[in-house]
Amino acid sequence: MIEERFDAIVVGAGMGGNAAALTMAERGLKVLQLERGEYSGSKNVQGAILYADMLEKLIPDFREDAPLERHLVEQRFWIVDERSHTGIHYRSDDFNEEKPNRYTIIRAQFDKWFSQKVREAGATVLCETTVTELLQDSHGRVVGVRTDRDGGEIHADVVVLAEGVNGVLGTGAGLRGRPKPDKVALAVKEMHFLSRETIDARFNLKGDEGLVIEAAGTISRGMTGMGFIYSNKECISLGIGCLVADFQRTGETPYGLLESFKRHPSVAPLIEGSEVKEYSAHLIPEGGYKAIPQLCGEGWVVVGDAAQLNNAIHREGSNLAMTSGRIAAEAICLIKSRNDPMTAKNLSLYKNC
Amino acid sequence: MPSEPSRRVEDKLFYNRYLVDSGRAHIKVRPHTTPSSRLLSMLKACPARCYELSDKGHVEVTVDGCIECGTCRVICEESGDIEWSYPRGGYGVLFKFG
Repeated sequence: MIEERFDAIVVGAGMGGNAAALTMAERGLKVLQLERGEYSGSKNVQGAILYADMLEKLIPDFREDAPLERHLVEQRFWIVDERSHTGIHYRSDDFNEEKPNRYTIIRAQFDKWFSQKVREAGATVLCETTVTELLQDSHGRVVGVRTDRDGGEIHADVVVLAEGVNGVLGTGAGLRGRPKPDKVALAVKEMHFLSRETIDARFNLKGDEGLVIEAAGTISRGMTGMGFIYSNKECISLGIGCLVADFQRTGETPYGLLESFKRHPSVAPLIEGSEVKEYSAHLIPEGGYKAIPQLCGEGWVVVGDAAQLNNAIHREGSNLAMTSGRIAAEAICLIKSRNDPMTAKNLSLYKNC
Repeated sequence: MPSEPSRRVEDKLFYNRYLVDSGRAHIKVRPHTTPSSRLLSMLKACPARCYELSDKGHVEVTVDGCIECGTCRVICEESGDIEWSYPRGGYGVLFKFG
């Protein structure tokens, strides 16, 4: 399909891939980004809370046209038993600032916007294309990818693996191990639609103010996990996640947990009368620092969830994906500007940034 | 109290949009006479309830409702109980919100 050669191939169009592709394209590199979904975002699942700082470093004026939902003015953390909750709440009018520091977002919509920025910067974005394999030369150096399209071998100086928590390329090529059941959580989520006025009234919000509730306790039935409720403009993202190893051990069902969480007396009134429009599930890397694999090698780097870059305590995944994507791309641009080869040694700039 | 999960998860999947790649399942269960404990755990752990026990006591997978989370891959791929890959480009679940 594509005969030409690229400076860089980015596998995946989530937060990490988009950050990397944007950064490299803006600096003049010839970039091909491959995404298996019908568009960037159609396979991507997140709560979702966006941290402004990491996006500002990529797109400083993002507030002008990004599809943001609500800026957060309140965080509630609940400890729950079967019928009650207690908690810590923090709310401040200071968060009603000119440039708020965090927002709720809806990933399918946000990623479409982000992808448009990547295209405008000059990258070639090819969707509906699943990368099936990394191409390696006789020295094990990564030299390109094979896709599920006809004649789908494409070559590049470097491959950025932004393939997500379940990435199969890096594991298939032996560059890192598969995620282990005790190092990833399975979260399930529903999107509950309500009128804007109803959401405002139930959560004590006005304008574009938003709120987050996170809950732990009997809702996870003894497993390591948490529930969450995020307010968007006209819907509520509601979900719960627990370690995969705990699901495996206990035989609890993810949807059973979700139904119980929704029926909790503290939760049910918040979503009463809602219309559910989507049910999704996603794995979240929970292994922490020690689960981070080798981050680069001969002709490749790995970013975001694929690199297990997630702070599970503070719901930080997409921001670390954006940051790692940007830093990896900056390292690649620097190496390129020196006309140096994309060796493991040179690419280790990424780790040391 | 425990719900009737079978009913409910099917209702949930009805909200979603899919492009099914007929005849090309992206997950395959290794033929077996007695299912391993890992395979059996998928009957409950799969959030889309894609795994079911057949009349003959085999664990079978139907991927049409798969939401591509990878839980079965994490539990069952390394041991060879299943083969796991992504659907072909453009196929599978199509999230509107994500």
